[in-house]
Amino acid sequence: MKEAQVHFDEMTTQDGGVRSPYNQYEKWFATQDATRLSKKSREAEAFFRRTGITFNVYGQAAAQERLIPFDLVPRILSNREWTKLSRGIEQRVRAINAFLHDIYNRQEILRAGRVPVELIAQNEAFLPQMIGVTPPGHVYTHIVGTDIVRTGEGDFFVLEDNARTPSGVSYMLENRETMLQMFPELFSKIKVKPVSDYPKNLRKSLAACAPRNCKGKPTVAVLTPGIHNSAYFEHSFLADQMGAELVEGHDLRVIDGCIAMRTTRGYKTIDVLYRRVDDDYLDPLNFRPDSMLGVPGIMDVYRAGNITIANAPGTGIADDKAIYSYMPDIVEFYTGEKALLKNVETYRCSEPDSLAYVLDNLADLVVKEVHGSGGYGMLVGPAASKKELAAFAAKLRAKPDNYIAQPTLSLSTVPIFVKKGLAPRHVDLRPFVLVSPQGINITPGGLTRVALKAGSLVVNSSQGGGTKDTWVLED
Amino acid sequence: MLGKTAGGLFWMFRNLERSENTARLVEAGFRIALTRSTDSETEWKSVVTTAAVKDGYMQKYDTFNGPNVVDYLLRDKDNPSSVISVIESARTNARLVRTALTTEVWEAVNDNWMTVKDLLKRPVRETELPAVLATIRQQSALVRGALHGTMLRNDIYDFARIGTFLERADNTARIVDVKYYTLLPSASFVGSSLDNVQWETILRSVSAHRAFRWLDESEMTSAAIADFLILDRRLPRSLLFCTSQLVSNLGFLEEDYGQRHTCHDMADDLRARLKGRDINAIFEFGLHQFLLDFIRDNNALGTQIEADYRFYS
Repeated sequence: MKEAQVHFDEMTTQDGGVRSPYNQYEKWFATQDATRLSKKSREAEAFFRRTGITFNVYGQAAAQERLIPFDLVPRILSNREWTKLSRGIEQRVRAINAFLHDIYNRQEILRAGRVPVELIAQNEAFLPQMIGVTPPGHVYTHIVGTDIVRTGEGDFFVLEDNARTPSGVSYMLENRETMLQMFPELFSKIKVKPVSDYPKNLRKSLAACAPRNCKGKPTVAVLTPGIHNSAYFEHSFLADQMGAELVEGHDLRVIDGCIAMRTTRGYKTIDVLYRRVDDDYLDPLNFRPDSMLGVPGIMDVYRAGNITIANAPGTGIADDKAIYSYMPDIVEFYTGEKALLKNVETYRCSEPDSLAYVLDNLADLVVKEVHGSGGYGMLVGPAASKKELAAFAAKLRAKPDNYIAQPTLSLSTVPIFVKKGLAPRHVDLRPFVLVSPQGINITPGGLTRVALKAGSLVVNSSQGGGTKDTWVLED
Repeated sequence: MLGKTAGGLFWMFRNLERSENTARLVEAGFRIALTRSTDSETEWKSVVTTAAVKDGYMQKYDTFNGPNVVDYLLRDKDNPSSVISVIESARTNARLVRTALTTEVWEAVNDNWMTVKDLLKRPVRETELPAVLATIRQQSALVRGALHGTMLRNDIYDFARIGTFLERADNTARIVDVKYYTLLPSASFVGSSLDNVQWETILRSVSAHRAFRWLDESEMTSAAIADFLILDRRLPRSLLFCTSQLVSNLGFLEEDYGQRHTCHDMADDLRARLKGRDINAIFEFGLHQFLLDFIRDNNALGTQIEADYRFYS
């Protein structure tokens, strides 16, 4: 076992003082009765159940719906911290879109030798079908959920770029809604930047990316794999909040070179499709032929410029974990500036030296699958048993290209509410970014995920993590 | 609106209506079993027949007794029309059409599901049955209240109502048909106490026993009861009332969409059979045949609506 590390706590300083963003909250909390707060916490759970804010867990009994545990202590950022952070995110998202345009067109960055050709050419996330395609406004990633972790006062790192179909924004919105209902007095005392504009902004942002052939007011729809998908609640929530139709593949077909949905009055053309279906399943004619979730021929409609797909197919090449290690170069290459946000040091196991290092230091590292998500298939070295380490080492040797490794970061903690009062737990942050030709819009705050087990670093909801409301102060 | 959404709304409300009707059927059966112990087997059998689940029931049980029938109609997931099955299906459809529902309606349906699921977790004991049935009906009333109080009167509302009245007409027609022989004027035991009990069961199955007394000052006769359940324009579960609602909601769709379909003609035809009709003429034609025709054509209307509004293709 390693000796206990000292983690940066976002609320409390090491000598027991309160950090400034939490000043007012701490004063309020000190006056609260623990029994009342426990009752509020149960109320919140009942509220989530009643409104149906649940997610389905794969691999568990059919139709099982679970709640993501919600913690009632907010995670608070000062306006200054947020401004710095959001500048860094904006820069990164700009670079990602420029990178995608370049990769699918002239490939300058490969010619300049800043990113190795093999990394693109042999990457499953690279879609040859996208070569030469330029989406309206050069926007590839309409919605991004950049995962940020913090290790110190001013030390923010990007952990993942999530440029495909990031989820979780509905929890950001419902968490705030819940806090407003439970503790209205807090919001009259403390000025917090609102998040409730997100659905309106999402709609505006998507509509602004309508294809050039679209006439009149663009019709926007959300494409879901269906009610059994783990994030179905979010899909219906966003469609509802935007006033857009929620469609499945079997509602759609190609008519006169456009994508149209079957309505009670016949077929109606869709201009912008916010898809929550992965690339592989999007078009059985172009990708996986067995997919029942997509629309046969949608890629041809897309290439003809008759529909906007958000996010664009093929954006996975930008948030691939092997590409991640090149992000500082990518940012510099396209913006001409140094990256404002730091990258976590990353060992590419495809490189023999790195692989050797990773194998030697497996117990201290976090190893991730290059294409994985949701915390599946990863190894957290310090938490793994000898047996697990050995098994993983074998997997690494068998297929090194499939993995990257990173040092275990000393993630910051924020207190959660437990029986005895407050207890620190590790957190991360996923701010949500909207990109349109009119600009980049980042909702202040985002989704804070929290590991509920003491000492745990795994915050994924599918693995027992919870969420918190995230406040950015007006000050 | 998506065709799929219209279909989801239609089935959501058919299922909700069915849960309430089944609860009411069980209630009427339970009551008659309590008050008349001699022939309860026949009564429970007719309850199962009315619910149109006799084949499925017979695969599981040999005899018709209270506990088995109650369990099959309320809790059995093998029975697609059991209360638990239809409430689950209503809720699944509600999730499917979540964007078409107000928060109030969604929460009422979700709450209905959570409450009833919990209520029917274990077999229902006889002592609890009245309270359980009352809760099922109350929960359904809450959904209906949320629908009336919060939904826009647009096509969404129309499809919800069409599902409701199609199911309700089917249910009333079945109730009358299963007992039609007790309503025939030629039956030898007219006016006997047996008749009175039978008639009361029919009225209770549609929650109309008090309404009947209020509205009809005459004696309780078979013709008066048949007239009430089939041709009355005030009783919200009569065939004429349900069919008139179908014509009217389909009419709103026609107006809204500016499209007239085959289903509109079919609904008009169904209502024309009832409106202004004399109950004696129906008796002369044959009550049983009349009801069989009605059930068949009411179902055909459902299938036509499905096709005209592109629920599935």
